[in-house]
Amino acid sequence: MTTPEPTTTTSDVENLFRREAGRMSAVVVRLLGLGHLDLAEDIVHDALVQALEVWKFRGVPANPAAWLMAAAKNRAIDVIRRERTARRFAPEVADLLSTEWSLVPTVASAFEDKEIVDAELRLMFELCDGRLAEDTQVMVVLKYLCGFGVRELAQAFLSGEEAIEKRLVRARATLQAAGGLADLGDASRARARAPAVCRALYLMFSEGYHGSDPRAVVREELCAEALRLAALMADHPVTAVGEVKALFALMCLLAARLPARCDAGGDLIPLDEQDRSRWDAALNARGLTALAEATAGETVSEMHLEAAIAAQHAMAPSVEATDWPAIVTLYDRLAVMRPSPVVALNRAVAVGFARGPAAGLAAIDAIESLGRLDDYLFLAATRADLLRRSGHRAEALPHYLRARELARNDPERRFFDRRLEECGAPRK
Amino acid sequence: MANYLYIFRGGDMAGLSPQQMEENMKKWGAWMGQLSQAGNLKGGDPLGEGGRVVTGKKKTVTDGPFGETKDLVGGYLLVTAASLDAATELARGCPIFEREGSVEVREVREMRM
Repeated sequence: MTTPEPTTTTSDVENLFRREAGRMSAVVVRLLGLGHLDLAEDIVHDALVQALEVWKFRGVPANPAAWLMAAAKNRAIDVIRRERTARRFAPEVADLLSTEWSLVPTVASAFEDKEIVDAELRLMFELCDGRLAEDTQVMVVLKYLCGFGVRELAQAFLSGEEAIEKRLVRARATLQAAGGLADLGDASRARARAPAVCRALYLMFSEGYHGSDPRAVVREELCAEALRLAALMADHPVTAVGEVKALFALMCLLAARLPARCDAGGDLIPLDEQDRSRWDAALNARGLTALAEATAGETVSEMHLEAAIAAQHAMAPSVEATDWPAIVTLYDRLAVMRPSPVVALNRAVAVGFARGPAAGLAAIDAIESLGRLDDYLFLAATRADLLRRSGHRAEALPHYLRARELARNDPERRFFDRRLEECGAPRK
Repeated sequence: MANYLYIFRGGDMAGLSPQQMEENMKKWGAWMGQLSQAGNLKGGDPLGEGGRVVTGKKKTVTDGPFGETKDLVGGYLLVTAASLDAATELARGCPIFEREGSVEVREVREMRM
């Protein structure tokens, strides 16, 4: 009988299960092929259960990630041995897995560190499949690469668990047709998929960054996972194209502001009021470096322009010292590539800082198809801010009231309550 | 003081997300840590799945035990406590109940006059 280790700390295993589930799943899917996602899930689940059962008695081992990988490897070998007459695994390794003498070394080499990254990237490219809706792509990336379970997906997508299950079943059926995972060696294919992967990661990041859900924990994890996956792509020779580097730069620059974005009470602080000394200097530096690398190529994508805008903020010591005219120019270029009222609204905000609130308001009124933004929180909020800053507090009030109506959670409502008070509305 | 054996049954993890499993493990860590710090914990082990069962005069060997998860013993702990009531009270803090598992609390008989 063992005496359990009383000194075991669990603080250093934060998100370990989730993170390692994603890595294990990437490796196992690579071996089994996309046709056996269900079996891959079982293997990962079994490895985690085994860890849970042993660790709860014995404490967490010194290298928990390696322990989990070994458990998954052994479980995969058992399951492949059991299933190999009934199932055909990933075409690339199917023959190697079918005979006993090559089974173990093949599985073992797939679990080596370098191969894990390769498997993650390859799976990411397969999951961002054009036959899946973009938010479904995000869902399966979170599920199979980030270890999100149905509960966390339901939280991330503000949906019921049953609805998530159904969407996953449909997504698996669609992905099944693809078989194995494409080789990263096929650079042209990987590059052709890169924009889709970028969009999915961008969506994942934005959902975490601007998301409508007040449960902040899940939100920051979405940002962190998108950043992690973008970093994998930005570091790999095949996938490190300009657009990917620009995306990674953008995420770094935005994530750098996260520490300054909320006050102690969890309420949002707008960009122009943030304490910039709390921005993450290391992330900012990484972002600026990545942007410089991204712009070494010839293509300029939407990601480049968005990252360049974020870089202007990152380099400015204050709102006043920000090069707003440069930002307006960048938005002008972005509006050409992506004509949308939302881009035009962001441009109007920059105009408001570059040429004064009145010019900003005029820029809003000039937006075509402005009607599409009628229920858009940031339209009401931007109008209200510009009016407030130009001293028209009474005129700002109805717009702040509208913004408060459209607010999606308590922190946002509290934010607009404060603005309403500043503009002379009676205290509630 | 006497020794008591906790026999754990069930506590199915099916359908749990990795995050939920981690949360469960941390609760076990906290509970075991409390037992240990209070000096109640003497030892224990998890048990592997399956195994063998030897029965009867013929000493028949069968694989198993297999059965419903809730009936299978997953592990045991040896604790020391003032009474069966005290040992039972400590067992009530076990996270296994969140997963519909059970703890059987049994006194270990000592060679006493």
